[in-house]
Amino acid sequence: MTAPGESTEEQWVDDHAGPVVRPYAVTRGRARPVTGTFDLISLVTATRVEASPEVGLGPEHLAIVALCQRIQSVAEVAAHLDLPVGTIRVLLGDLVARDLVEVREPRVTAGLPDDSIFEAVINGLRAL
Amino acid sequence: MDYGHSERPAGAVPLPTAIKILIAGGFGVGKTTMVGAVSETRPLRTEEVLTETGVGIDDLSGVEGKTTTTVAMDFGRITIGDDLVLYLFGTPGQDRFWFVWDELALGALGAVVLADTRRLADCFPSIDYFEGRGTPFVVAVNCFEGARQYRLHEVQAALNLDPGVPVLLCDARQRESSKEVLITLMEHAMKTRDARRAEPAE
Repeated sequence: MTAPGESTEEQWVDDHAGPVVRPYAVTRGRARPVTGTFDLISLVTATRVEASPEVGLGPEHLAIVALCQRIQSVAEVAAHLDLPVGTIRVLLGDLVARDLVEVREPRVTAGLPDDSIFEAVINGLRAL
Repeated sequence: MDYGHSERPAGAVPLPTAIKILIAGGFGVGKTTMVGAVSETRPLRTEEVLTETGVGIDDLSGVEGKTTTTVAMDFGRITIGDDLVLYLFGTPGQDRFWFVWDELALGALGAVVLADTRRLADCFPSIDYFEGRGTPFVVAVNCFEGARQYRLHEVQAALNLDPGVPVLLCDARQRESSKEVLITLMEHAMKTRDARRAEPAE
């Protein structure tokens, strides 16, 4: 066991590691998630500080839980783990099914955004 | 109040709303440069591996058996506040990956079409795409050193744009300039939305 904050999973979150296995080997051949759709900007957050290894969870699953202690989009998770988005969607589906992460899908097609969103973006950009 | 994102109140804080803006244009026009100029971190890269057949006009002769294609997208993030996160996505340079564009354009607040006056035609497919889809967009002419400076109305005429579409000059390397482009886009997107609301319902 490791103390919280010294997560050994960190080592998997390395931009420079490069692909060591083919994308769908990580998902054991599955191309579709068991649940969820996962837009590129769906936001993911872990529901607990650390996921313990259990049957059906690989190191990539644990790495996602470690990474998503801070809110991340699906695209960011894919970039940080250096895995294709399709692979990440499958892994996230597994984690949602186990309640290890929570996902917020973006509001799309539900009509056009209201003024408050545009104004917040404009003000946020001006403040950069 | 700042809810530090690094703390773990385990779902106690509602997740923010994520929104996106697209940065489109031809190869080498400065899309990733602009993403990097305004993002809070260096641009990240994400990849989609396409396994479907018939992804377009890839010439597969000589690589028989090739069944996957990788489409890379560079993107960046701007945290507007605790409840709003903006993502900027550079569209894949290869215009044939339209279905990736469709995914990107879904729910996008708007798009910047970057243009290079030395290769103006490179941005035609992006303009056609956003016009066809009804995505609000602005055209930002990236001022490369050594490129002849054209007047904005000349560019507007050359691109055969709707008169309402803003055209502006920019330097994609500069944060202030790129911010101005994005702010112009947001103002244009608001106007576009208001105009659509004013149209009689069918």
